Parts: sequence; C-alpha cells; structure tokens
Amino acid sequence: MDISNVLWAIPLFPLLGFLSLSLFGIKMSKRMVATIGCGSVGISALITIIYGIPFIQGATEGAFVEQHLWTWFQIGTFAPEITLHLDALSLTFVFVITFVGFLIHVFSTEYMAEDEGYSRFFAYMNLFVFSMLLLVLANDLLLLYLGWEGVGLCSFLLIGFYYGGSKAEENAYAARKSFLITRIGDTAMILGFFLLVKDFNTLNISTILATAPDVWANNSTEASWGAFLLLGGALGKSAQLPLQTWLPDAMAGPSPVSALIHAATMVTAGVYLLARTHTIFELAPAIQMLVAVIGAATLLIASFSALVQTDIKRVLAYSTISQIGYMFLAMGIGAWSAGIFHFMIHAFFKALLFLGAGAVILALHHEQDMFKMGGLKKKLPVVYWTYLFGSGALASLPLITAGFYSKDAIIWSSFAGDKGNVWLWAAAIISAFLTSLYTFRMVFLTFFGEQKTQISHKPGMAIKVPLVILGILSLVAGFIELPHSFGHFQPFSKFLNTVLPAAQFNPSPAFGEPVMQAIAGVLALAGVFFAWQLYVKRTVTARKETPLSNFFYSGWGFDKLYDTIFINPLVWLSKIDVGDFVDRIYVGLGRFNLAMNAAFSKTQNGRLRLYLFGIGLGAFIILTMILVL
Amino acid sequence: MILITLLLIMMGGGVLAWIAGAFDKSLPKWISLFALLTGLSMMVSFWIGSAGTVNLTAGGAWMVTAKYDWIPQLGMSFHLGLDGISLIMTLLTLFLGAISVIVSWKEERNTGFYFFNLLWLLAGITGVFLALDMMVFYFFWEIMLIPMYFVIAIWGYEDRKYAGWKFFLFTQISGLMMLLAIIALYLIHGSKTGTYTFDYLELIKNVPGGQAAFWLMSGFLLAFFVKLPALPFHSWLPDAYTQAPPAGSVIIAALMSKTAAYGLIRFIIPLFPEAARAFAVPALLIGGLSILYGAKLSYAQKSLKRLIAYSSFSHMGFILVGVFSFTALGLQGVMLQMVAHGLSIAALFIISEFVRERTGSFDLSEMGGFWKKMSNMGGFTIVFIMASVGLPGLANFVAEFLTLAGAWQFNIPMSIIATLGLIVSVNYSLRILQKVFHQKEYTANQSRLYDLTAREWIVMGSLTIAIVGLGFFPQKVVHTAQPAFDKILMASPDNNSSDQTMNRVTQLNTMHLAELNKKEVSHD
Repeated sequence: MDISNVLWAIPLFPLLGFLSLSLFGIKMSKRMVATIGCGSVGISALITIIYGIPFIQGATEGAFVEQHLWTWFQIGTFAPEITLHLDALSLTFVFVITFVGFLIHVFSTEYMAEDEGYSRFFAYMNLFVFSMLLLVLANDLLLLYLGWEGVGLCSFLLIGFYYGGSKAEENAYAARKSFLITRIGDTAMILGFFLLVKDFNTLNISTILATAPDVWANNSTEASWGAFLLLGGALGKSAQLPLQTWLPDAMAGPSPVSALIHAATMVTAGVYLLARTHTIFELAPAIQMLVAVIGAATLLIASFSALVQTDIKRVLAYSTISQIGYMFLAMGIGAWSAGIFHFMIHAFFKALLFLGAGAVILALHHEQDMFKMGGLKKKLPVVYWTYLFGSGALASLPLITAGFYSKDAIIWSSFAGDKGNVWLWAAAIISAFLTSLYTFRMVFLTFFGEQKTQISHKPGMAIKVPLVILGILSLVAGFIELPHSFGHFQPFSKFLNTVLPAAQFNPSPAFGEPVMQAIAGVLALAGVFFAWQLYVKRTVTARKETPLSNFFYSGWGFDKLYDTIFINPLVWLSKIDVGDFVDRIYVGLGRFNLAMNAAFSKTQNGRLRLYLFGIGLGAFIILTMILVL
Repeated sequence: MILITLLLIMMGGGVLAWIAGAFDKSLPKWISLFALLTGLSMMVSFWIGSAGTVNLTAGGAWMVTAKYDWIPQLGMSFHLGLDGISLIMTLLTLFLGAISVIVSWKEERNTGFYFFNLLWLLAGITGVFLALDMMVFYFFWEIMLIPMYFVIAIWGYEDRKYAGWKFFLFTQISGLMMLLAIIALYLIHGSKTGTYTFDYLELIKNVPGGQAAFWLMSGFLLAFFVKLPALPFHSWLPDAYTQAPPAGSVIIAALMSKTAAYGLIRFIIPLFPEAARAFAVPALLIGGLSILYGAKLSYAQKSLKRLIAYSSFSHMGFILVGVFSFTALGLQGVMLQMVAHGLSIAALFIISEFVRERTGSFDLSEMGGFWKKMSNMGGFTIVFIMASVGLPGLANFVAEFLTLAGAWQFNIPMSIIATLGLIVSVNYSLRILQKVFHQKEYTANQSRLYDLTAREWIVMGSLTIAIVGLGFFPQKVVHTAQPAFDKILMASPDNNSSDQTMNRVTQLNTMHLAELNKKEVSHD
C-alpha cells in the first residue's frame, strides 16, 4: 500500500485512544489504560516508520503525498479542506511526535502510576498527539489551526493536571496563563489568516506558497503584514519574546508533559509554522530579519535566566526557550534545514533531560530544588549517565554529541549566511557558553557532591528504557548531518531541501568554518570547566541573592511588567464596574420616574387652598412671561 | 401545509398539556416532549427530502410557502415561508425545545400551565422564523413575549418579579417601535405603489429610500438590538437570564436572542439595503464593543449563572459584526453562530443548573474542586467552555472565523476590534471551568455532589454530538442556507465590488476545486 492511503491512520489511532480513554477510562484497569495510551501512539509510530522510510528513499525535489478526506465547508470558492499533506518537513515532525511521544508515554506508565487521574492523563496525552499530528499534517492553514489550538487545549489541561490540592491555585494560574498568552499570539495569527483569505481567497498552504510571489510583490506591505501576523502566532506558541512568560510557569504540569509538550513538540510548532510558510517570510525580508533578532534576543535573555534558577525544571524551561531561540534565529537567516535539524536533536535531548529530571524528582519525594539534591551519581546510575549524555548535547560538547552538530550549523550560518551578521553570531556564541555553564551547573548540583535527600523510588524498566534510547540518540543522531569542514555528509538537509530552500552563504566570510567551530567548541568546554570550578570545587548551598541575580531569576521582570501595564488595569476596570454602569442608568431612570410620581401624588391632596394657590402662581408666571418676552 | 402543521402541533400540544395537567402532573411533560419530537422528525425528514427543491424567486429561495387570507381589507395575509435559513432555525428551535423539556423534567409546580407556556413560547419563536407578512411577524414576536414573561415571573428564582418586569418593559417598548415602523412602511409603500400590503415579498420589491428608510430601519433595529441584546440595550439580560428557570434560560438565550439575529438578516438587509450600509460602521462598532464590554462584565461576576448570561451578551456581538459585513462569509458566519451559540449557551446554562441542583447556589465562591466527584460533568464542561472560547473542531469556531474573516473584507479596523473578543473570552470562560472544577476544593459542598444521571447524560451527550458534529461538518448547514444568502446578497446594491480578488488566485482555486470535486466523486 502507498503511504498516501494510510496517512489518515497516523492521527487516527491517538484519536481512538483518546476517545476510548475519555469515555471508558474510569472503569478500566491501570494496565489497560497504559496499553491503550501507549499502544495508540506506538501504532502511529510504527506506521510512520514503515511507510516513511520508502518515502525518504524516494524523495525527490518537491516530493509530497496528499490524502483528501473531506471539504470542511465551502462558501463560494472559499473551501478549506480536511486534507493531509506529507512531505520532508512534516515527516520529520511526525517522526519526532510519534517516536519521542511513544517513549514519553511509556515513561509515564511508571511515572504517573501513583497519581489519581491515570486514565485522564493518558486521554489528554493521546489527544495531544492527535492534535499535534494534525497540526503538522494539515494542508490547509485552517486545519493547521485546529491542531494548533488543540495542542494548546491539551497543554492547558495538562499544566493544570493536579487540581484541587494544596497547589491548586498556582497550577490553575499557570494553566490559564499559558492559554491566555498563547491565545494572544494565536489571535494575531488568525488576523493573518483573514488577510490571506482576502488576498488569496484560500488558506490552502500549497496554493498560497505557489502564488504568493505573484500576488504579493517582494517587500510589499501586505506580505510584511502577513508575515508579521503569522509570526505573532509562532511567538506565542514557541514562547519567544515578548510572549515567553508562560513557559516557566507551565512546569506545574507533570514532568512527562513538560518533556512532550513543553520541550519536544508543541513549543516547536512556531518553528514549524515559519518553515512551512517560508515563502511568505522570504517576501518580507524585514520581518524575516525581525525573526532572527527576536530569536537572538530570546536565546540570550533566557540563558541568563537559566543560569540562576534553583528549580531543576525551571532551568530546563528557560533552556528550552533559549534553544527555540536558536531555531528562530536559523529561520530568520534562512538556514531553514539547520533550524529543523536542531528541532529534531533538541527534541531528543530535551525530552531526555525532562524525563531524567522527572525520574530524579520522583526518586526524591517530588523535590525540585537542585540545592536539596546532590550525590545521585551512584544512587541512580542509569539516570545519571543518560542525563549526562543529554546535558552534553544541550551544552553542545564538540564532536561527540548530536547537539554540537545541530547547534554549530546555526551558529555558523548566523555568521557566514548571506543574511547573517556578526551581532547575531555574537549573541549565539555567548549564549552557547552560557548554555554549557548552566547545564553543567545543573548536572553538578544534582548528581555530584553530598546527597541531601533520601531516595524513595528506584526507577524501573519503563523509566530506564526510554532514557537509554534517547540518551543514545542524543549522542549519535548528529551524524546524519556533518558540517562542510569535515565529512560533508548531509543526507538530512538534502532530504529537507526537497521542501525548504537551501541556506545561502556569503562566498568569502571573514573567518573559515574550522576557526568558528573551534571557538564554539572551546567555549562549550570552558562552560563545563567554570561550572566545575564553581559548583564542585566549592560547596554552594543556596542561590546568591544579588539584585542582578534576582532580576535574572524573575525572567527579566517581564511578569511584573505585564502585570503592571496590562493585567492590573484590566482587573481594576472589571472590579469597579461589576454592576454595569449602563444598568445603573436605566435603574436611575426608573427611580427618577417613581420619585416624580411620588412628588406629584403629593400635590393631589384635596386642599382647595393649595390648588387655588397653584392656579394663581401659574397664571402669574405665564402673564409675566408674556409681558417680559 | 407542513408549516401550518408544525405550528399546530406545538400550539395544540401546549393546550393539550395544559388540560392534561389538571389530571396528572407528569402527563404534560410527556405530551410536550412527544409534540416537539414529532415536529423535529417531521422537519428532519423534510430537510433530508428537500435537497435541491429550492424555488428561487425574486424575493428569496423558498422551499415551501403557505398563504391564507387573514384581513384582506388591510392587506394582511397569513403568509408563511421556509427557506434554508428558517429551516435551520426551526430545526434548532425544536431540538433545543426538546432539550429544555427534558431539563425541566423535575418541575413540579403547576406543570400543565408551565408546559403550555413553554410550547407556545417555542411556537412563537418558530412563527417568527416562518413569517412572511409583517403583521404575522409582529404577532409571533409578541406571542413569544407573554409566555416568556410568565415563565420568568412564576417559575423563576428569588428576584423573578423584578426580572420579569424589566424584561417585559424593554422588549415591549422596543416592540412597539417596531410596530410603528411596520405601519409606516405599510403606508409609505402603499402611497408609492397603490397597493397597501404587509406582505414581505411585496414590500421588498419596492423598498423605501433616503431619510425615511433610516427612521424605519431604526424602529426595527431598536427591537432587534434589545432582543439580541446589543450595547447599550442589554441591561435587562442578566436579570432575565439569571432569574429564569432552567428551561427559560435555555430558550431565552439560545433561541429568543436568535430571533433578533434572524430579523437583522431577513428584514434589515433586504428592506433597507442602503440605510443598513450607511449604518454599517456604527453597527460594527456596537458589535465589537458589545463583545468586549460583555466579556469584561462576565469576568467580574460572582454568580455562575450571571457570568454565563453576560458571556452570551458578549457572543451576540459577533452577530452584528457578521450581519453588517455584508459578505457571504460574514452572513454564513452569522448563520453558524446562531446555531453554534444556541447549542453552547444552552449547554452552559444547563450545566450551571446541574451544579445548582446539587449545591443549592450559583455562588462561585462556594465552588471548587468539583472534578473529583463529577468528572463526567467536568468533561462536558470542558467541551462547552472550549466552544465558548472558539476552539476549532467545535461549531463556534467556524462561525466566529467566518464572521471575522467576512468583517475583515469589509472593514479591517472594526474586524480587529471584534477579533480581540477571542482573547477576552478566554478569561471568563476559563474562570468557569477552573473555579468550579479545578481550583481549590470547597469542602462544605463535596458530600452533596454526584455525577451526571442518565437523563443528564442524554442532554449533555446530544448537545455535545451536535456541536462537535457541526464543528467538523458545518457544510450541511452552509449548503442549506446558501441559496437564501445568495438571494439576499444579490439584491444588495454593490454586489459587484466583492469580486476584487485576483484572477490568478481565483483561477487556481477553481482548478483546485474542480480537482477536489473529481476526487470526491471518485470516493463515492
């Protein structure tokens, strides 16, 4: 069978999983729930691998397959469809979603075993996988938006997963914050859709990309607005400046959720959107530059914040924001396939790190403060070694880790690409050093030194196996894309370039690639060295509270800023007018009538003297008016 | 004939229920349910059988009409007609009518008169959707009012008297303005053409112009703005919606507000095409501000039901935005919004009633952590909260998307104001879900909670199927209503200007569509 006939089956199984778990999950045994929850994603992963490999082998320029399911609705000639579209870009995402998603589901069977709401958890997770698959398989922006909002819903539900208990208020706050802030971005995006509908009369992605250069002149106002509004959606979903504030709080959800949704897949949806609509951004060079600048600023800001966090998951959250910043930077300088490559590698190692952190947290009675951890190297060897691999990839230690190959491609392009410049490169390279520093600060605080908390849960197979698989991938997955300077073995970008334009380089950069790679490598190692000096050689028991550190700790004060200029005024406005002033006017009108009624009824008192006086007074006034006027 | 039968089933059923109530308390609800389900199955089979039997006339795309003499001397006739728009609205009325009967299943007080009022109320609403004579329209418009007043004032909650009067005064005064406008329209038309008639199909052949059209339109608009409601005529809404009994809230919010939306489409655009266009920007602004102001009020409420009531006010703003965009997208958006909002607001009010039946109060501060005991109810609440937020996959999304996309083609700044509604709706909607089900447990009530019963499952289940089904397959509704909207837009003054899309795109689209159709054929 051809893959174009089975495309629908890839999202179908997670959907079936969701439906059966949400309708009958309460009555099922935990074993049954786990089987359905993991099995549905596993089947999708299998289908992807079985049918995806022949597709990869046969991929030629512009290769894609489509499966039309039905037309959503049709008004005049505007007809959004439910059509699935698979090409190199979406296949990469589908592979990561189903495969990494499956591993995370397996991990969760053990991680969530003690929690109530076991079936609810897997139902939401399956719904998430379904929505995410729709997002990347959609051939129409409206269908993409369905997946886009669906993953937002699941993110909201899973951040607020632990309800009702002692942390209920914080969790609910984090959940609605994530929903609201991403909604702000989504609203910009949907305005972009309106613009597209008006100018193209369709939201079909292939049609828009094919006709955009004809409909919109290069660098025209429409193209710029279109790109800008789409970018808004991407910024919200991918937690980039200025909409990044929701992601650190989103860590309130269970760790597998952070791994799947807030690291590997959903938060990279913005990157997917940019890559998918790359033609529009190429027609709006100013906005594309803005993407690069936002990416560079975000990655720098977030890595400073990661440097001072105490909660292990918050370190990872800021690191995710920062790494997605790298992907945005890549999109902004036209290094499309490098950005997608980093997405894939990041999905492996960041999922691994979140799962590893989850295993640590589970082992330590849900302790998340790194300063209360330590000495776990011997106690949790599998977690330790895999965590080390993941951290190496995040810090992009040269040559042996996958993260080096993916991140280095972006850093190099930011310098030598035709849209790159030295400032973007400087931000990227400084942040690379910071990344290594905060990563190994985290590793040393968690696994080295004295043990401070007793271990309550030894990880079982369901936790270890996914960690090991992801650990291996964090090391070797980089070898499918080696730089020009050595090997020049690039099947990944060759595959992606069937859809995305190849990166354009400056013909004669000021420095050669090997020099730049050496700088990046040395800085990464220097980060490890400094972390060793600071956190292993010396005993640190708490975060140093200087004003600067507090500023970084709070995420550069963005929360406070938004509270002051947006939230508080709006809350104040709704508080002073609970009763609706418009209603007051009507009620006042009614009262006035009643009061007049009362006043005039008083005059009807039966006293002849007063009546006569009234008549006389009236006559006098009228006469005076006639005479005077 | 089917139209008369439908009205007779409802009105006759109502009388029968009243009589039966004297003998047995539970008989009226069975009679009502039976009457509504009979009507519903009749209309559904008509819908299925009606594919392609649209009779295109100058005045519209009628599927079936019925005309009887009423007072020929004054040019009044009992003229009813059904096109795609009214068919969909009739189906919605019957469906939600049946739902509201099931919701009032436990009503004990004076059941005979209660179900009489309910059925006559529904008959009045149906009549409004069918009327093709201005006097018949006004007649049904008033028929809705009296039973609704009784339902609120007799079976409502603590402040029912106040709420009933407020509702009555607002709607009655605005209704009288409309009556004046109808009579003036009759006279102007008569003096111009020599035929004095209230017949809609006659009147739209020769519409008034200039200053007169504006004043006549204002009379209609006032009635519709009050009923919708739109800023600043919404002040009766929170009281009436909150104090009404469960079925009352469902009908008033889900159906009665739609009669105003229907009126805008059926009367304002065809009868006053130029005046309506001249008034478009203020109307869009009122729509946009209603969305935002309603959302702000909704967020601040402490009573669950009042919160939902204001959210309904907010969502009705989209109706204005869609109607006054004068585009095919916008009008179809309004069509879907009428159905989708009807379903979702009904469900939310019903959920608030379910909660109150258990805890005895609508007070949000006495709720929290209810998920533990009522996870099924919580699950359904997620569905309808997401409908309120406009999540794709649910009918409301398609409606809001089309409305706003249509508005964008007409006036970009106004469209942006209304689109901000997508952000603010998040605040009050999530507040319902989180405060009731997720946030800190309110322990005093926990022992009284129990999950949905079988009857409640039927109600929530059927509403969920409807709203999800329409979310993925709205084409059934779109297709049914399309000919009627084509007619309305064709009659409008500047129907050429909407063809500004670039040729190449249109060409590509057509090719693409042809290909699609081919594919669909081969699928069959």
